[in-house]
Amino acid sequence: MNRAFFRLPQLSWRFIPVWQRNYLVWKKLAIPSILGNLADPMLYMLGLGYGLGSLLPHVGGAPYMTFLAAGTVAYSTMNAATFEVLYSSFSRMHVQRTWDAIMNAPMTLDDVMMGELTWAISKSLLSGLAILAVIWGLGLYGSFWMTLWIIPVVMLLGFCFGGLGLVMNAVSPSYDFFLYYFTLVITPMVLLCGVFFPVTQLPPLLQSVSVWLPLTHAIDLTRPLVMGQVPEHIALHVTALLVAGSLGYIIALALTRKRLLK
Amino acid sequence: MLKVRSLTKRYGDTEVVRGLDLNVRRGECFGLLGPNGAGKTTTLRLLLGLIEPDSGSIELAGIAVPQHAREARMKIGVVPQIDNLDPDFSVRENLLAYGRYFGMSRAAVTARVPELLEFAGLANKADAQISQLSGGMKRRLTLARALVHNPDILFLDEPTTGLDPQARHLIWQGLRRLIADGKTIVLTTHFMDEAERLTDRLAILDHGRIVAEGAPRALIETHIEPAVVEVFGEGLERWTALHAASLCLRHETVGETLFCYTGTPETVIATLKQTPELRYLHRPSSLEDVFLKLTGRDLRD
Repeated sequence: MNRAFFRLPQLSWRFIPVWQRNYLVWKKLAIPSILGNLADPMLYMLGLGYGLGSLLPHVGGAPYMTFLAAGTVAYSTMNAATFEVLYSSFSRMHVQRTWDAIMNAPMTLDDVMMGELTWAISKSLLSGLAILAVIWGLGLYGSFWMTLWIIPVVMLLGFCFGGLGLVMNAVSPSYDFFLYYFTLVITPMVLLCGVFFPVTQLPPLLQSVSVWLPLTHAIDLTRPLVMGQVPEHIALHVTALLVAGSLGYIIALALTRKRLLK
Repeated sequence: MLKVRSLTKRYGDTEVVRGLDLNVRRGECFGLLGPNGAGKTTTLRLLLGLIEPDSGSIELAGIAVPQHAREARMKIGVVPQIDNLDPDFSVRENLLAYGRYFGMSRAAVTARVPELLEFAGLANKADAQISQLSGGMKRRLTLARALVHNPDILFLDEPTTGLDPQARHLIWQGLRRLIADGKTIVLTTHFMDEAERLTDRLAILDHGRIVAEGAPRALIETHIEPAVVEVFGEGLERWTALHAASLCLRHETVGETLFCYTGTPETVIATLKQTPELRYLHRPSSLEDVFLKLTGRDLRD
């Protein structure tokens, strides 16, 4: 494999028109898209929250609904970024060949990928804000001001899962391939990282797996913030998310260069 | 305008482009012809700086590629082989979005849109969705999109493949207008009539090398006898054995047709008339004859 494919990302402000392109397309369908961002996590949150919440009045030191809301913020923003860089980026790269068109202009693949990554972060932000609005509306928080710190956390989550998802995009032959990622990575992550129940309920072996998963680190940040507490080990969690996302992005870039620039 | 020196590109052990030299002058329409797999598309990708050559140099409007590919692409418009218009945008939005990729301000692109739509014959389709356009309209929009930043040089990869004759004529008309405006054009094509009609000079590529280069007329005169008589029908074998060697300057049988290349078609036809079961087609020799002579008649897959 060509060594040039492994160059570090070449950063340039030129990614902005790519981000803008995705934004303008999204804007056309903004209302259904926001409803989509909200509907699925809301159904889970309210359904499980009211249904299980009456059986489990307190989980992890908070009402179950609050506990679940903190998990839902993290898991729905993970999904927002993941769906974007899997299905939508793949459409633009492989099916519609929008990337090819862009790269015939004075744009590089690095610009295009950065546009996709920043757009995935934006989608996470949107999704995170939508869930936060529900948390605020239902008063599921300990301190309103603390919940504002969730905003940078969901962007970090978008970066992490955007970077990781782009690796899948780089190697995927078709849409069907993404199902592996959901079945083998995303779904286990949701169950192992404390979205619906505390990680401490898991057998020790699974708990030790959970420590290594990025969603765990995200939830360790969002849950105290929703409950009005300062999270512990902030630097560790932030670093874990940054490292996972950066590694993913760098590998994704190398693999996509190999795929498209040969 | 475009200078290419001993350009080479290898994939594993196969050399796809082998020591290519090209010179395209400002205002010229230059054709790259070749069978499938001859290296045409790879050459275009090299010229755009999308892939790096193994050796050789490219200079585009005085800018070294791929070292300064970004700057070079500011001066290039590209019409790709596969349509890649943005299906999520309308006709007008496609032009606006594309202008932004060149760093143009919204005002600058907006000012250009009416002119581009007029050029593409899509003035009344500005707000149409891409899915509502015919194949010909899509191609014309792709061509207009390639002009959004007013480039000096245009690369077209098989611009009329898959279009009906009416749509092809409209594209040719557009290209002739651009040539008249002084744009430099490099196009690849499979269609010999297209190359004969549009290009000032062309190069025939085979196995990554240029096998012939020159003006279409000059190539025909250099490589091929002035006329061709194609003969087919019952009894062809016997006629070939009897007459081909003496009547034709050069001849070859492909499938069930004899191609008789000659300077004196009248004599050939006079002889053919004595064998009424044979049918024939008499025509002046064309670029296609040059192409097939130089690249062979084998199927390339």
